[in-house]
This record gives sequence, structure tokens and C-alpha cells, in this order.
Amino acid sequence: MNNLIQGQKHEWEMVIGLELHAQVKSNSKLFSSSSTKFGSLPNSQVSLVDAAMPGMLPVINKFCVKQAVKSGIGLNAKINNYSVFDRKNYFYADLPQGYQISQYKYPIVGEGTVTIDFKDGTSKNIRILRLHLEQDAGKSLHDQNPSKTYVDLNRSGVALMEIVSEPDIRSPEEAGMYISKIRSILMYLDTCDGNMQEGSLRADVNISVRKPGNEYGTRSEIKNLNSIKFIKQAINYEAKRQIDILESGGAITQNTMLFNTSTGKTRPMRNKEEAHDYRYFPDPDLLPLEISSKEVEEIKSSIPELPDQLKNKYMNTYNLSNYDASVLTTDKQISDFFDQTINSDLELKESAKIIVNWITSELFFLLNNDNVDISNSPVSPSNLGQLIKLINTNVISGKIAKEVLDEMYKTKSSPIQIVKKKGLKQMTDSSEIEAIIDNVLNENKTMVDQYLSGKDKLLGFFVGQAMKKTKGKANPKILNEILLTKLTKKNQSQ
Amino acid sequence: MKSKSLKETIKSLEAKKISIKELNDEYIKNIKEKNNLNIFIHFDEQKIIDQVNKLEIDNSNKKLKGIPIAIKDLFCTKDMPTTAASKILENFNPTYESFVTQNLLDDGAVFVGKTNCDEFAMGSANNTSYFGNTINPLSNDDEPLAPGGSSGGSAAAVAADLCLGATGTDTGGSIRQPASFCGVVGIKPTYGLCSRWGITAFASSLDQAGVFTNNVEDASILLESISGFDSRDSTSANVNIPNYSKNLNSDISGKTVGIPNEYSIEGTPEEISQIWEDAIKYIESKGAKIKKISLPHTKYALPTYYIIAPAEASSNLARYDGVKYGFRADEINSLDEMYENTRGKGFGKEVKRRILIGTYVLSAGYYDAYYLKAQKVRKLIANDFNDAFKDCDFIVTPTAPSAAFPLSASQDDPIKMYLNDIFTVPASLAGLPGISIPFGKDKNNLPLGIQILGKHFDEQQVFNAAYCLEKSYE
Amino acid sequence: MKIDKNTINKIARLSRIKLDSKESEDYIKDLNSILDWVEQLNEINTDNVEPLTNISSSVLPKRDDISEDIHSSEEILKNAPEKIEGFFSVPKVVE
Ligand SMILES: [Mg+2]
Ligand SMILES: [Zn+2]
Repeated sequence: MNNLIQGQKHEWEMVIGLELHAQVKSNSKLFSSSSTKFGSLPNSQVSLVDAAMPGMLPVINKFCVKQAVKSGIGLNAKINNYSVFDRKNYFYADLPQGYQISQYKYPIVGEGTVTIDFKDGTSKNIRILRLHLEQDAGKSLHDQNPSKTYVDLNRSGVALMEIVSEPDIRSPEEAGMYISKIRSILMYLDTCDGNMQEGSLRADVNISVRKPGNEYGTRSEIKNLNSIKFIKQAINYEAKRQIDILESGGAITQNTMLFNTSTGKTRPMRNKEEAHDYRYFPDPDLLPLEISSKEVEEIKSSIPELPDQLKNKYMNTYNLSNYDASVLTTDKQISDFFDQTINSDLELKESAKIIVNWITSELFFLLNNDNVDISNSPVSPSNLGQLIKLINTNVISGKIAKEVLDEMYKTKSSPIQIVKKKGLKQMTDSSEIEAIIDNVLNENKTMVDQYLSGKDKLLGFFVGQAMKKTKGKANPKILNEILLTKLTKKNQSQ
Repeated sequence: MKSKSLKETIKSLEAKKISIKELNDEYIKNIKEKNNLNIFIHFDEQKIIDQVNKLEIDNSNKKLKGIPIAIKDLFCTKDMPTTAASKILENFNPTYESFVTQNLLDDGAVFVGKTNCDEFAMGSANNTSYFGNTINPLSNDDEPLAPGGSSGGSAAAVAADLCLGATGTDTGGSIRQPASFCGVVGIKPTYGLCSRWGITAFASSLDQAGVFTNNVEDASILLESISGFDSRDSTSANVNIPNYSKNLNSDISGKTVGIPNEYSIEGTPEEISQIWEDAIKYIESKGAKIKKISLPHTKYALPTYYIIAPAEASSNLARYDGVKYGFRADEINSLDEMYENTRGKGFGKEVKRRILIGTYVLSAGYYDAYYLKAQKVRKLIANDFNDAFKDCDFIVTPTAPSAAFPLSASQDDPIKMYLNDIFTVPASLAGLPGISIPFGKDKNNLPLGIQILGKHFDEQQVFNAAYCLEKSYE
Repeated sequence: MKIDKNTINKIARLSRIKLDSKESEDYIKDLNSILDWVEQLNEINTDNVEPLTNISSSVLPKRDDISEDIHSSEEILKNAPEKIEGFFSVPKVVE
């Protein structure tokens, strides 16, 4: 795929690497037993450890370690039997210890790969450099008071997995697909809830531009983005900004940037005049983390079906295209919905493609309008299955089916009830349809003559008139057949 | 009526020869009388009375019921402020009780107050305390002496008879050296024996709690109380704590005693070499075998320590930033100004010196040359001891290179000051248990100390050897 | 001399410690002599030596994933030099 972007003077290529921070799904924090619940009163979920009271010490959460290993397996990555927690030292108001416990030289998970699938059927591998466990910081609120910043430590100490990619990403779209894919994998594994709005998945974007084939350029880092839309916007803006600078003879300075979601622009962070020196060193309050290969195997055997496996299954079992199958597996909720739909009736087994179409176009359209998750869809999988069966058995036409779906969405009723109640059942009785067609042809004699003298396009007009008389309920296939037969007969008799 | 022995006092209390109230009243009186020694950062008579009143009506059997104990102000205590002898923790009132002090409370101890120490335990003369120097109770009137450090207040409290035992912490000698200066017994157990939970951290890989008492048996009783596994400290050792006091046995015949060549250091005062020799002879006379051993990396222990400890401290002390507790400077217009002024004014000279050196040795470009190098040498030092302990049961050395020196002679030259820890630091780096017991006097009649080091978690052997040696002067 | 004025300023800044000029002078002297002194470690060959980070020989203990909220926000904020509406508060930060 050609991702080059045109500047004033040259073509440029974006080089993008992502650092994702995924919140580990767990009851308690990484090194303390306070709750990880979102949205509680300020400083209400803070232990003495999270507030860095004197003499407080970290004790690691077993489950968070397991979650990281699981995630690593999901990213096809190497699980390291030996890893070390280091302190990353810096001062910030919402960093109570004055350091973040993270992993530096020896992360729990090493190199891996993630595959993204394009619409045209091609795929691309994005390499993962590492995944490590670390503590989240608290939250600073800058807008509550004209002269103060407020600090809430509820998030302080929550477990994060930092997932670092190689700079293999070449466009905002690829970045979006990469994040969706990671999100999907973590959600299938149940290691992260994937809720980007609540900050459970955040991205730092490293981006530079270069002329194709050249060395990597100087990059800037855009911090803390929490929606795919903003990530794409930020990348586009930042790439253009860099290209403008380079084309006018300037140089990029390595900067940490913030993205303003209302203006769509990036700007360098203030107070970053000095280079960071985090003085990483092994945390002397903790011992190295050792995981035996046996433990890793045990975790591996407990892992559910992952998006790529499921995708392959869909392609093999239902003959779906790579792209259709990957759309279904972007989200466990979607593939669950699909599975429930196709399994709701034995006769639907051959209808995978039509089910995919109905889910990803018509149903998504309705859900997106109201911002409803598919797991809360008013149209149940079995009702959608019934709707598709009605189409397959010619009880209703595809066009009527859209009407029925709207009604199902509004009322949660079953399609059979709606069809019955509204009398939408398709007219399949040939003699009935024949009578209507005769009627249409008699009422439009001049048009029939014109048709017979070669104006083929009028066929659509006759179909439309007949459909109108049946309120759209005539089986289009039967109607077409009868109409054509009649017109042919007329032609011969002429 | 009251005895200086914790063990004897427990017996007197049990036999109702003295009441908890009578006992503690006498200690309150002593503390008030010796106020000039500046031993306590926090002393509140009413709080002692409240504790005593509660214990008087408590019918349960508690090992240390009613025994007055002083707590180094590095231990967080729920009912008493905790400062670590620093301005930066002024007015800090913990909402929690450290593991060690909770154990003592559970055993019925009475806390008579929080003792003075070097700021964040950084010092060897108790002269870095924000609250002023503790004076060694053994000083004569015209020349006030240093009590040693950092746990100088606790050692002095026992020596001045202001309590029957005291807690201390030892990172590079901070229990053993002041014990020696004040003529009391001080033990630093194996790293991990006592949980660090609730102890204001100095250098996490070295910090270890311990106790001061008037004699070895009392130390064994008190150590039993404060030791034990704590799931809240990831470096806490999950080992059974032996009944040290019950197993106490002065018979060391058949044991092998290691005497490290490298501890004969040029410039050591003659008196120190003399008591060391005397101690060895005494032990030999009790049937132990003397064996010369070598700890080849001894001379590198101090420089190693003075890289590792400041490095850890620079990070451990980052939490004192004026946000969550303690001192915050005024006249601050930005977050950075708040940090810089708070920490600039809140920390004393020595603490700042160590934070700066620690920051430097961890910083980009210097980590390998200093910090990593020091960790490797630390490994060699630990290996020296592992090898030595293949051939001996315990090691005997002097505790400190001098007796208590005058306060006025407190070193401003950091390296000279650091040399105070020359005999204590190697065992700290190796995480070994070490005890200092008074043994002999110098020409000014000031006490000197002998240090006994044991294998990891072999506190019993350390106590037994000390118990034997103690009998030489009883 | 390893530590000059620039270096001391840099590490004081990293440590967030404000030094007056007298203190800076003193610390330049102290740190240089300490660094010279610790450099004797270079006499030892440590090529194949594993660094010792912690003396403990046991394995990292791990806790179960049980959440318990035992500390009220009042307790957490009790010693705060400045608190407003349940938050810690600091001088305004401009990012
Ligand atoms: Mg990062
Ligand atoms: Zn991170």
C-alpha cells in the first residue's frame, strides 16, 4: 500500500512507533491492595503505599503478573523468565513516590508481532519491541482553580502494561488499525477493558517523516492520546508540521508534544527545557520477578481463542474473506454477536456472508447513531438470525427487511411479529402478482408500446409500478420473471 | 528498687514487687532530669501515663508488659509524631504503626518517647539532626561527647537509664557504633529479619531494625519481640524466629572464631587493638578455636557503601516534596519552586550531600562507572564472608575505630566522618547479623565495643558468643 | 575535577534541591573528594561479577488480587500541607 504524502516539494513517508499504556484489568493495584474502580471520589481509593507515606513498601499483585504474561502470549511475544522492576525517577505533583516503579532493562515480555488486515485483502505485521509492567501516576487537574493544580491519587499505582512497537507504522490508518488490533487482543484475553474514554488504553505517538528510502528523521513524541480519532488527527497534523519545517529548510527538534483536541493542533510541552535523566535503577524494595516456563505453559493453556485464530476459523468454516473475518474480530462483542447469530438456527450456517453484511452495515449504522455498544443491541442475535432467515426463505425482500430491522431496533420485537403485524409478508403467489402486472400493463399501454419499440429502460418503470401496487411486498424475483415473460409474449404476438 | 535489667524487671513486675506505674514513674523522672542530653525528639508525659493506665487494667499475659522502651524517631508511630530528625517531616503524624513498634505494643511495651538520631539516619555522630545533637550520657561536664550515630538517641537513652531497651536502625553501623560509644549492647540482625514496613527508608537494601539494651540477654528478648515475617515487606524473610533468650548459652567451646586480617588497620588506636586481642584471648580461654581469616575486599566496603546508600537514598527521599505531608516552603510560585525550596530548606546539609552524590552516581553516563561497579564490588564483599563462614562459626572484630569523640570534633570532612563505619559497613553490605557489646575502656575511661558477626539468620550464635564475652567483665 | 559548577547545578536541579552559592561551592568540593575516594574501586576487576542488588536470596513474594479500601480520603489527606475539596493542591502547573 502506498502511504506517501505529497508535500510542496517532495513526497514524504511517515515513520510511526506507538507506546500504548493499557490498564491491566484487576481488582487491586499493582503494588497495593486499593481498588482500581474508575470514577470514585477524589483520593478515596488510595492506600498508604499509593500515597508514598514514609516507610511504605510495594508488594506485587500476582494476578497483574499473570495478566501481563497472558497479554504477551496474545502478542505472539517472548515471555521472559526473569524480569526486574526499576525505579524511574522524576518529580511531578501526581507522582507521590518521586519515582515510578517500571521495568527498564529486563521487561516481563520481549519481542512479538501483531498483524493488521487491510480491506484489499492484504496484511502487514507490526513488530512489538516489548511489554512491561509499571505503575500509573495519579491525576492532576489544572482547570479547577485559577492558581492551583489539584491532585487525585485514585489512579496512583494502578497496573499498566506499556506496549512498545517498532517504528513499523507508516500512516494514521495503520496506527488506528494497530491500536484496534491490540485493543481487540487484550479484550479477548480479558487483560484490559479497552475503554479508551476512561483512559484504560492511551497512546504516546512517536512520529518522524523522511523521504522514501532515507534514514529515519528526528522524531517528536505526542503524549497521552486516548482516542483513535485524535491519534489520527494528531499524526496528520504533526506530519504536515514536520514536512513544512523540513521543506522550508528547517530542522526538527526532538520534542515532547501535546495534542489539543479542540484545535486539532500539536504543540511542544512547556517546562521541558532540560533533558530527562530518569536515573533508572533496580528497585531495592523488590526482588527480581521470576516466572518458570511451566507457569507460562499453564497460562498459555488457559488462553481463550484469540482474534487471529478466530479470524482463520471464520475464513475456513464460513468462507468469509480475510477482511470480513478481521472486521468481526476487531471486538469480542462483535464476534460474540456473530457467533450467537449464526448459531441461533441451523439453517443459517450457510449465511455467514449475509450475516456479516447485516451486522457491519445496517446494524452498526443504527448502533453508531445512538452510540450503543453491540453488546447492548436492542436487536438480539437470534432476532437478527430470524430476519435473515425470512430473507433467505423469500418471506420478505431485502428492502422490506431494512424496514423490519428499523422496527426491531425500536421495539425489540421479533421480525416475525413485525412482519405479521404490519402485513409485510412477501407476495409470492404467482397468480396474484400476474394479475397486478396485467393491471399495470393495461394502465400504461403507450409505455408498453414504447418498450416494445426498443426503449428497454422502461422495464424498471413497470417493476416500480407493480411494486407500488403491492406496497413493496412482491417477491422481486418472481415479479421480474412474470413481467419479462408477459412483455416477451406481447413482442412475439406483435 | 528498679533494676537495669529488662529480664529482672519483668520478673519484679510479675512478682508484683513493683507496679507498672511505679516503674514508669521512675523512668519519667529520669527522662525529665536528663532533659539536657537532648535524647528525645518527642516526649509526652501524659501519653506515657495513658499507656500505663491501660496496661494496669490489662489482664492478659504479655511478654514486655509495662516495660519502658524508647523508639528511634525513624519508626512511624500512630500516637506519636515521626520526624526522622528532619525539618521536612516536621509535624508529621503517621496514621499507622510500623511493624516493629506494633510488635512491641502487642507485647505490652510502654513507649516513653521518640529518640533523636541523625537526619534520615545519615550520620555517625548524631550531629545531623534538625533537632540538635544528642549528648552522650558518659560525657564529663566540660566536654560533651557524641553518642555516635545514627541511632545515637536510642543508645544514649539506654545508657542514661531512660528506658530498659530501645529500637534502632542500622544501615552501615547505625546501631553498633553508637552502642559502642555509649557502652551498651546493640544488635543489628540479618537483613530481612525485621520488617522494614513503617520505617522511614534511608537505603532499602541495607536498612535493618534492631535493638539496644543493657545486656545481651535483654537484647535477645527484645529482638524476639520485633522480629518476624511481614507480607507487606517484599524483602522480609519468611523464617522461624528462634527463642533466642531461652536458647542463650555462653558455652562456645568447640566453635571456630574467625579473626579477619584486614581489620587490622593502620592508624587504629592501640587501645582498640588491645581490647580486640583481649577479647580473642578470652574467647580462646573458653574453648573456642581461633582462626585467622581473610576478607580481601574489606578496604573497598566503605567506598562501595558510600555509592550504594546515597544512590538508594536519593530515590527514597524523593517522596519528601511538600505535597502529601510534612514541611512545605512558603513563597512558592510554581511547582518546581515548591519542590526546590521545600527540599532545599527542608533537608539538612548531610542529607543534601548524599542526595546529590546519589543522584550523580545514578545519572546518565555515570551509572556503570559508579553504581553498577559498586553493586559488583558488593557481590565480592558478600562472597568474602560466604567463603570465610565456611571455616568459622562467627567473626570477632572491634566495633568502631575510636571511643566516643567530643561533639566539637565532629567531622566536617565527610570522608573522615565516613571512616567511623569502617568495621561495621562490610557486614551491612553482606546483610549479616552483628552485635556490639561493651568491652574494655580507653585511657579516658570511655567504653569500647567488640563486634561479633554471624552467618545469615544465625542470630543465636551471635547472641551466644556475645553472652560468653559479656561474662568476662561481669 | 569531575564536579564543576554546571554539574552541581544539573544534579541539584535533578534532585529538586535549591542551593545557594555557598552551598554549591561546598558541595563541589565535597563531591569531588568523595568521587576521588570511591574511585579506588577501579582497582578491582569486576568483569565477570554479577551485581548484587538485594541480599535476600528468596523469591519475590506475590499477593492475591484482593482489593480492600481501608483508608478514607481524610486519613490520606490528614498530613497534607495544603488540601482543597478532597484533593491535594499545589501551585498551578502549566503543561
Ligand atoms: Mg514511555
Ligand atoms: Zn510508561
